[in-house]
Amino acid sequence: MNRSTVALITILTLLGLVSLDLVLSPPNPFHAPPVLSLGSGLTPVGGFCGLLPN
Amino acid sequence: MVTQGIGEGVPPPRPILKYCGLIFIALLSVTIVSALAGLRFGFMLAIGLGFGIVLEGLRFGFAGPWRAMILRRDPSGLWAQLLSIGCVTLFALPLIAVYPGELVGASAPVGFSMVAGAFIFGAAMQVVLGCGSGTLVNAGSGNLVSLVALPFFATGSFAGAYHLIWWTELGTLSVLSVSGLSGAIITLCGLSVVAVIAWVLARPENRKLPRRLVIAALTLSLLAILNLVVAGQPWGVVYGLGLWIAKLATALGADTSASVFWSTSASIERVQNSILTDYTSLTNIGIIFGAFLVAHWRNNELSKWLPKLNMRAWIATAFAGFLMGYSARLAFGCNVGAFYSGISTGSLHGWVWFVAAFVGSVLGVRLRPILGFEAKA
Repeated sequence: MNRSTVALITILTLLGLVSLDLVLSPPNPFHAPPVLSLGSGLTPVGGFCGLLPN
Repeated sequence: MVTQGIGEGVPPPRPILKYCGLIFIALLSVTIVSALAGLRFGFMLAIGLGFGIVLEGLRFGFAGPWRAMILRRDPSGLWAQLLSIGCVTLFALPLIAVYPGELVGASAPVGFSMVAGAFIFGAAMQVVLGCGSGTLVNAGSGNLVSLVALPFFATGSFAGAYHLIWWTELGTLSVLSVSGLSGAIITLCGLSVVAVIAWVLARPENRKLPRRLVIAALTLSLLAILNLVVAGQPWGVVYGLGLWIAKLATALGADTSASVFWSTSASIERVQNSILTDYTSLTNIGIIFGAFLVAHWRNNELSKWLPKLNMRAWIATAFAGFLMGYSARLAFGCNVGAFYSGISTGSLHGWVWFVAAFVGSVLGVRLRPILGFEAKA
């Protein structure tokens, strides 16, 4: 096996994951937040590594 | 007499069509995500693609440079990391101070499990020779060890978050951080001290910073600042991987209500939403895809055959991958979420993470030959 095969497996797995996600939880672009958080007046609600529930 | 054959010495023609195709695929993926999820999420994928292209294209890493510092006293990669973190600090801390409701730092508390987590992560990332971002980059560019480690890394992230509260209750300080311009100055002084220590410890012939790494450090800083401005939060890696497993587990009927972390309303909502609306997921996808595009851009890069490893090394890869994910969640981030973003947004835990993970890396470098990854010294 060469690196090309491994890279292809990685990308196909990733595409599979995204496709499955699109079927299970289709996003709605009309509910999207403003393009930039800076200046939006909205509090960030995304998950991140330092997240600790109260 | 030396004769030259027809076409000899002439460089092969550049595959322009292939280059155009790769650029088209990158732009198309951003357009599709923008159309499906919204413009902000398309931008986040573009930023992730940028991370992947810079990390793979300019060979900027975290685990490798730490290994170089430990084994060869070569500080160039570490200096590049410090330079990049310093550049982000200059913009991120004042911005967060001026827009506290819209931008947040990677702040997290220091605790027993946090320190232990960082130490274990440092050791494990040296075993597989790929940090949080490095594992994604390596998998995308055809490294089999990283591809095998990645699902275990993601599973470990999910499990670490599952048990996170139990671990933090063992003893955790409140969140300590610096902010604003004064915080930026303190952070820059700290980074300078580390750079000087590295200079003192370095071999004289290694005391140089290649231009390639300077360009990579500055470009990475720009992308990290864009990440903060667009998403409202700093660049991270490990949370997104755990979220993928949480989504798969939930889809297969698993009950995560016993976990304090995964049963909060915010976590439930994120698991129910698309990963195309999760910032760390999008940058992770972008990093893998960006590295894949760079590897295809380079001629002959992907035709290399893979080195053969013994069974002990493959078992170690799976185990180390899981430990990386689990420990990174206890440590509130990996080399990106804790070290890079934590320090650049003023969190004390980023500094503690750096020390603990570097000590762990010293152990990991020693473990690699024992586990069958390379010839014993």
